Amino acid sequence: MFFWHNTSANDDMVTQPVACVATSAKPGDRIKARRPPLPLWVALAAAALVWVMAYLVLHPIANALTYDLLRLSRDGHLGSAVNFFLYDTPKVLLLLTGIVFLMGIIRTFFSPESTRRLLGGRREGVGNVAAAGLGIVTPFCSCSAVPLFIGFVEAGVPLGVTFSFLVSAPMVNEVAIVLLFGLFGWKTAALYVGLGLAIAIVAGWVIGRLRLERYVEPFVYEIAVGQLDATESLSWSDRTARGIQAERDIVGRVWPFVVAGIAVGAAIHGYVPQDAMASIMGKGAWWSVPAAVLLGVPMYSNAAGILPVIEALIDKGAALGTALAFMMAVVALSFPEMIILRRVLRWQLIAVFIGVVAAGIMLVGFVFNLVF
Amino acid sequence: MVKIEVLGSGCANCQRLEALAREAVAKLGVQAEVAHVTDIKEIMARGVMATPGLAVNGKVVSKGRVPSAAELEILIADASEL
Repeated sequence: MFFWHNTSANDDMVTQPVACVATSAKPGDRIKARRPPLPLWVALAAAALVWVMAYLVLHPIANALTYDLLRLSRDGHLGSAVNFFLYDTPKVLLLLTGIVFLMGIIRTFFSPESTRRLLGGRREGVGNVAAAGLGIVTPFCSCSAVPLFIGFVEAGVPLGVTFSFLVSAPMVNEVAIVLLFGLFGWKTAALYVGLGLAIAIVAGWVIGRLRLERYVEPFVYEIAVGQLDATESLSWSDRTARGIQAERDIVGRVWPFVVAGIAVGAAIHGYVPQDAMASIMGKGAWWSVPAAVLLGVPMYSNAAGILPVIEALIDKGAALGTALAFMMAVVALSFPEMIILRRVLRWQLIAVFIGVVAAGIMLVGFVFNLVF
Repeated sequence: MVKIEVLGSGCANCQRLEALAREAVAKLGVQAEVAHVTDIKEIMARGVMATPGLAVNGKVVSKGRVPSAAELEILIADASEL
């Protein structure tokens, strides 16, 4: 069953559809729809149609608002900045809404438990590749890195394979992919995904080779893990509800950063002179890649807010490799996650983890700047 | 008496789940006890690999996500009837 439910309290977003059963049913009695009910598909198809139509009219509307309604000059600084903001903000938010929903649904087919089962006892190499790939689709929050780590260790997932997962899961995420696609095009987004996976695979493999198991806190090996079954049977309306919940969680959290980031980006776009960044962030400055990584490591997570700024920097002559390295360092290595992992890992292992991943990111930045 | 346990080590979502669970209990007006389990050994022993987990009357009903207010109300209402 599927109905619309007005949420209370601090839910200031739209009315939220909730999949559930009549209150008299027992928890286990969820209606299992073998074939999804038609009305749900109709609703989804209608939403998709509205989405596509909105996407198509973005550019004409932004132009009409900037040049006809506000009567700004097409060549002026202000016109350029305003047009950039009015076009990019709805475009990125629309892309984000679509992709976050789809990823929310895809993630209902995966769970940390099923990933653990898939990776358990797998040898290194193949295991690193599988872990990096599963890192994209498995629901993961760095806040639950500790129970995940313990679960993986208990299932006999090699340490290096676990690290491949821990690098890929935060780095190759839908928010980063959407922003790169929306602001730089699909080639950059694809390169980011490919290189992100490569770093996760290689860094995990290297950490595995270093045999650092002695730096895992001993209590991890003594914990008795309970029954980890992931046999949740979900109907399509449950999955849709999860997609909408992902929408509220992710888009609801990052949209202010996206808007603020694009506003700053728009200002740079309109006012900073062409090639102003070339000397400090351009290809010529070899030190800019390590500097970008060193700057990015302590910064945390707001890829959403930082990316539009980077776009504007690149527009003004900063090298793409340098900018991508910066973004990867911000997203993949975060201080709060290291603090959380410290509960299961000795600091030596955390230092190696940061060092290996940072080195991989720098390498990617250098190669990128050389090739493109 | 419904026993509700939030399994999680103080993460933002864990706090949010606890608050939502308390709200649901208050709204339903059922007799319930809401506890927050933060010991990682206990969390793992209950088979929760992604926090926050939620257990109602000792049975883990959700892992790694914050169920919606409506879902929580159904879970708690069902448990109070049994």
